[in-house]
Amino acid sequence: MKKTIMTLLMLFGLLLSAATAAVRADTHEPDVPKKLFVPPPPFTPGIYPCSQCHAGMPVDRNPRKLQGMHDNIALKHMPGGWCFDCHNPNNRDTLRLANGKIVRFEESYNLCGQCHGTILREWKAGLHGKRTGMWNGEKQYLLCVHCHWPHDPKFKPIQPLPPPVRPSDIK
Amino acid sequence: MQDKKTPERSIQRRTFLKGAALGLAATALPSRDAEASIWEAFFQKHFREMSEAEIRKVIGRLEQEYEQKYKKKITVGIEKPLPGVLFGYGLDLSRCIGCRRCVYGCVDENNQSKDPQIHWITVLRFKKGEKWVDLEESEKYYNPSAVPEEEYFYMPVQCQQCENPPCVRVCPTQATWKDEDGIVVIDYNWCIGCRYCMAACPYGARRFNWTDPGRKTEELNTETHYLGNRPRFKGVVEKCTFCIQRTRKEPGRYPACVEACPVGARKFGNLLDPMSEIRYAIEHKRVFRLKEDLNTNPKFYYFFAYGG
Repeated sequence: MKKTIMTLLMLFGLLLSAATAAVRADTHEPDVPKKLFVPPPPFTPGIYPCSQCHAGMPVDRNPRKLQGMHDNIALKHMPGGWCFDCHNPNNRDTLRLANGKIVRFEESYNLCGQCHGTILREWKAGLHGKRTGMWNGEKQYLLCVHCHWPHDPKFKPIQPLPPPVRPSDIK
Repeated sequence: MQDKKTPERSIQRRTFLKGAALGLAATALPSRDAEASIWEAFFQKHFREMSEAEIRKVIGRLEQEYEQKYKKKITVGIEKPLPGVLFGYGLDLSRCIGCRRCVYGCVDENNQSKDPQIHWITVLRFKKGEKWVDLEESEKYYNPSAVPEEEYFYMPVQCQQCENPPCVRVCPTQATWKDEDGIVVIDYNWCIGCRYCMAACPYGARRFNWTDPGRKTEELNTETHYLGNRPRFKGVVEKCTFCIQRTRKEPGRYPACVEACPVGARKFGNLLDPMSEIRYAIEHKRVFRLKEDLNTNPKFYYFFAYGG
């Protein structure tokens, strides 16, 4: 029981500090220890805020092949999915959950967690994803989208670094 | 003083012996240009028997030696184990892609010799679906254009930091021991290079310096620990220390391999802290340890976060 409460408190604390770290980088809060630090989302340079282009644009809800802009996005995530499953049509600078709740890009893990709940749980526990920083101090997390491009989230194969020298190749 | 009865003898026996002894000492042991530091190193006490002041003296001598050799200031730390800490490591085999980023991240951090090549981490490749208990049949020289490969899985192996380490038991000079935080350490000044520990280790985790370590000065990591990544000598054994120079601090950084892993497969933390990610892995995931049947009781846990 005590453990559960501790876990809940910890998770709440983590979320809170993530939020504070992400949004209120300018406001200084000495009594809230920043244990969880999430770096800003990896936007393509110049693309954010989205409203700089989208503000006056009419919303076209019809699924179609994008031309001109965003044509590099071939949605390979959810079959039959469309932009507004995740992006907020009313304010492009935010994301939208299935239940209509608005989330900021800095908290996009809540959006991913709608389907990948177990992964979100393990990410918060520090099991999923990479943690850097201090093992007994301030840790740096990454957002889901730092490693998984949300429109095609599967990891791409990479080139391995060279194998060790074989004893027979030692001169 | 000359004996009056034997005036013909120009050198007395006692004088001759004195001279001979001094002469022998002068030829056998370095005296003038090689400084007193060689004597000090020769008579250095065991690390755990030295007082704080004696250790500081040794560190001063080492730092001076390294500066002379590498023309660079190298700090040698002597951080003691943190109270209430038992280090544990987790490696998620369901995520590892065998890219060897950890291997080279480790080399950069820990000042291993580059020529001849010394790696503390070996990544083994196994064919999926086959019985893989026979580690001898694994492939460590795999080199495809891209990893992961569909039909293989990968398992990095390094020092397992056993609670019951066979390497420690066989060391004739007690140059290697298990510290209170569970890290098996080596005092390179006490290692005589007999390599019994390498024969005893069931994980092939220890490496030997057959030559003076070949490492360029500009590639040296200058933040070191006496029992960890300080520059080694010819003829001593070395191995993974969980990045003792990083982790034995408050707050301490994650080991270099944890930070190098692009898929986040490597987990590190305090086994005595129920909130640590390593404890989460042990409590929630399918876990095994390598060659558990040998009763070495490793603190290196392989687990499967996914598909388990």
